[in-house]
Amino acid sequence: MAGQMHNSEFSNPVIQWIDTRLPIFTMLQKEYAVFPTPKNFNYFWNFGALAMVTLGIMIVTGILLAMNYQPNTNLAFDSVQHIMRDVNYGWLIRYLHQNGASMFFIVTYIHMFRGLYYGSYKTPRELLWMLGVVILLLMMATAFMGYVLPWGQMSYWGATVITNLFSAFPIVGHPIVTWLWGGFSVDNPTLNRFFSLHYLLPFVLTGVIFLHVAALHVVGSNNPLGIDVKTPQDTVPFHPYYTAKDSVGICVFLIVYAAFVFFMPNVLGDPNNFIPANPLQTPADIVPEWYFLPYYAILRSIPNKLAGVCLMFSSILVLFVLPWLDTSKVRSARFRPLFRPFIFVWVAAVILLGVCGAHKPEGIWVVLSRVATLWYFLHFLVIMPVLGKLETPLPLPESISRAVLGAGHGGGGGPLPGGAPAKPMEKA
Amino acid sequence: MRAVRSLFAALALGGLAAGSLVASGLGAPAQAQEEVPTPPHQQWSWQGPFGTFDLAAAQRGFQVYSEVCSNCHAMKELHYRDLAGIGLSPEQIQAVAAAVTVPQGVDDQGQPKEGPGTPGSQFRSPFPNEQAARAAENGALPPDLSLIVNAREGGPDYVFGILTGFAEPPKGFTMQGGMNYNVYFPGHQIAMPQPLHDGQVAFADGSPNNIGAEAHDVVTFLAWAANPELVQRKQIGWRVILFLVVMTGLTYAVKRKTWADVEH
Repeated sequence: MAGQMHNSEFSNPVIQWIDTRLPIFTMLQKEYAVFPTPKNFNYFWNFGALAMVTLGIMIVTGILLAMNYQPNTNLAFDSVQHIMRDVNYGWLIRYLHQNGASMFFIVTYIHMFRGLYYGSYKTPRELLWMLGVVILLLMMATAFMGYVLPWGQMSYWGATVITNLFSAFPIVGHPIVTWLWGGFSVDNPTLNRFFSLHYLLPFVLTGVIFLHVAALHVVGSNNPLGIDVKTPQDTVPFHPYYTAKDSVGICVFLIVYAAFVFFMPNVLGDPNNFIPANPLQTPADIVPEWYFLPYYAILRSIPNKLAGVCLMFSSILVLFVLPWLDTSKVRSARFRPLFRPFIFVWVAAVILLGVCGAHKPEGIWVVLSRVATLWYFLHFLVIMPVLGKLETPLPLPESISRAVLGAGHGGGGGPLPGGAPAKPMEKA
Repeated sequence: MRAVRSLFAALALGGLAAGSLVASGLGAPAQAQEEVPTPPHQQWSWQGPFGTFDLAAAQRGFQVYSEVCSNCHAMKELHYRDLAGIGLSPEQIQAVAAAVTVPQGVDDQGQPKEGPGTPGSQFRSPFPNEQAARAAENGALPPDLSLIVNAREGGPDYVFGILTGFAEPPKGFTMQGGMNYNVYFPGHQIAMPQPLHDGQVAFADGSPNNIGAEAHDVVTFLAWAANPELVQRKQIGWRVILFLVVMTGLTYAVKRKTWADVEH
């Protein structure tokens, strides 16, 4: 093969010149233009693209913030205020980044729910799903370290509490914590290394996302029916069909994002983080950001610290083995009459855990967080393996195109053609 | 069906395990909390999606800050030039800054030097450092006010509540020496003596200067100081959202047209 040029089909001479030597245009054409995609996606299938958009915004705003931020305990808090007050549009860059973290999590959580509901983690997409769990873990580490950087009270005490979790492990625990801190308390070395890692991890994340997408392009996308693509009639090329559909989703998502950034930029934050970090004064309540609240509730539901820490980590790790815990051959919850209510109960348990995490672990909140924690694990470890064996799934449609033409189950996405004629230009 | 029943049996067993955990949770005594009322909600000019700062109130509030609060509280995140944001002209800012003595590094002999401020000077801090502040304030540290409205649960209502919430301690309430009773302060004992009184600050525009009006004005100033970008933020926000709504309509039209030839 040596010395042989790629046979490019592009007519533009510049593109052809490049493409014969480095076929990136052929690759883009194959993976993003003609890529055959099931034609029955609903709007849940937008959320992967939304997560990509958010990651892009986070990286761009983050690089701009780093140009003016000072990772030093004496300067960090004031440098953030300098960005907010003196840097041109610094407040916009900062609020985009701060609220972007929340948007990234909400979009990713919905993306994960999509996978859980439609069985996207099942064979042959196990590795794709597991890479997704790695992405979630990287996101959590990145978000946690990013929250420390403004060096407010909640930054400092959140960092202290979370890093101290590792001290629960016998023998190695305290040396690990000292190693993480770079000293004997959360201090300047901690802030420096968190800044360094907060800058690094998003690029690691980008790499894993590349693998996630690469794996997706090998096995192809799942779809709301959860059945395999059988004929070319089941698919449409990614462009223009899904580029058009993703564009709608991106615009709607940006409206929600903009509503937070411009009209309630601090509503998801904690007032305590407007107070500079003070190692001598503990806030009345140490609460993580909303996207960590369910895990925080799991952590605190157990009176034993080590058990709580193990349980909290297990709540994510259990997702790695989910493809083997689910014994059902049917992917989509649409055809699983028993699983379908259970997945909603599980979602309710996660939301309940989030509410519990926001309250002090007293009285009824202890009870509720224990029940919800129990249910969280029961769902994965008992219900999912057992249900697959017991359940009689509904009959699956023969193919995606057959299901669409039959109009029985519908696509679940946009309205079926034949409804009111569109007058799209009036929508604006 | 039998299989379903066995599943529910397994769930019930789990429920029992939960029940025992629950019982131990209920045993924990609930922390007795000191009852502190929520400060009542006030009308603020900058709230809501179209709200902007009442600049006259903010300017009066700056006067209250300068004459009263600034004797103990710093606002180190602000510079005098920022006062353009509450409508002061460059000449007014120049005059305000020049009337203040601020540190200006060291002189040729290496001694600390002071001089009149410029628009670029940071707001003058009443104390050179925390130790000096605590020494002068009976051990208490007056917090920096740059972000105070954002830094307290309840925001402007809370700050207004504290400023107007001083009262005689109820019978049987033991006060520590040098502390003051405040209805809205957690624990009710605050080191700050009541800062504002009726008629304390005389406003040039003849605005009412009872304690409520003074507090309302200074909270308006502090809210601006904490969020100086607020008005511009909302203006840009409306344009961005309007643009995105139009884009949503356009992309949706394109999507409908694209998919028109596909049964899906």
